[in-house]
Amino acid sequence: MSVFMKTNTALGRRQVLQAVGAGAVALVGSGFASNDAMASADAASKYLMKMAGGAAKEGKVTLKLPEIAENGATVPITISVDSPMTDSNYVKFVHVVAEGNPNPEVVTFSMSPGMGKAEVSTRLRLSKTQNVRAVAVMSDGSIYGSTKQVKVTIGGCGG
Amino acid sequence: MAKKPRIKVPKKAKAGQIIQIKTLYAHNMETGLRKDKKTGKIIPRMIINNFVCSFNGKEIFSATIHPAVAANPYFAFFAKVTESGTFDFAWTDDAGKKVPAQAKITVS
Repeated sequence: MSVFMKTNTALGRRQVLQAVGAGAVALVGSGFASNDAMASADAASKYLMKMAGGAAKEGKVTLKLPEIAENGATVPITISVDSPMTDSNYVKFVHVVAEGNPNPEVVTFSMSPGMGKAEVSTRLRLSKTQNVRAVAVMSDGSIYGSTKQVKVTIGGCGG
Repeated sequence: MAKKPRIKVPKKAKAGQIIQIKTLYAHNMETGLRKDKKTGKIIPRMIINNFVCSFNGKEIFSATIHPAVAANPYFAFFAKVTESGTFDFAWTDDAGKKVPAQAKITVS
């Protein structure tokens, strides 16, 4: 408090604001490199918890992704879920998240027994090397997930 | 970008067969994160945010799409066919514009 008052008298209001602003930028800057991925992974898991309605067990979901993606603008992905896809036992939803992207959510698939086979292919954008996670919600309410890391040479989010 | 969507559905199938359907819609999927290099302004988001596929009026597969899906959104998925009929596809963009497409299949 004393520091603030001192600066308030010595400097104008604008200068104080600038100084505070610079400090905030410095703080964010220093924390950025180490905490960025963590914060995003956190956001991704929170988003998944919200969408799936609970924590996922590992298994049943298979992710097919390149280990190294040269171009992050189009990364092919195939998600298959071990399910008979019958009227009584099928996959309801598959949520895909990318932990290192500006926004974690990627795509949500709604499936039905009419598919016969719980497998979907699409293409993603990945901004940098990161984990991609898919979580499947089954018709009986059980939740399964799987994670795979993709190394990205050139990011695909523009900027 | 008013190109026709590309769809690949087999023309014929046996009853109970699981077929693969491939779709691609030409769209640049502007993320809303990119900046115009000349003006420095953010280019507004304009993506396809929803895709639906139904067979004979019954929805079998749909996708809620976020900007992290690559440009020219491509989806390949499966369908189990028990009768002849029509696949209806629809893509919806951020402006609410809906582009429909159809494909027929004969099941023997």
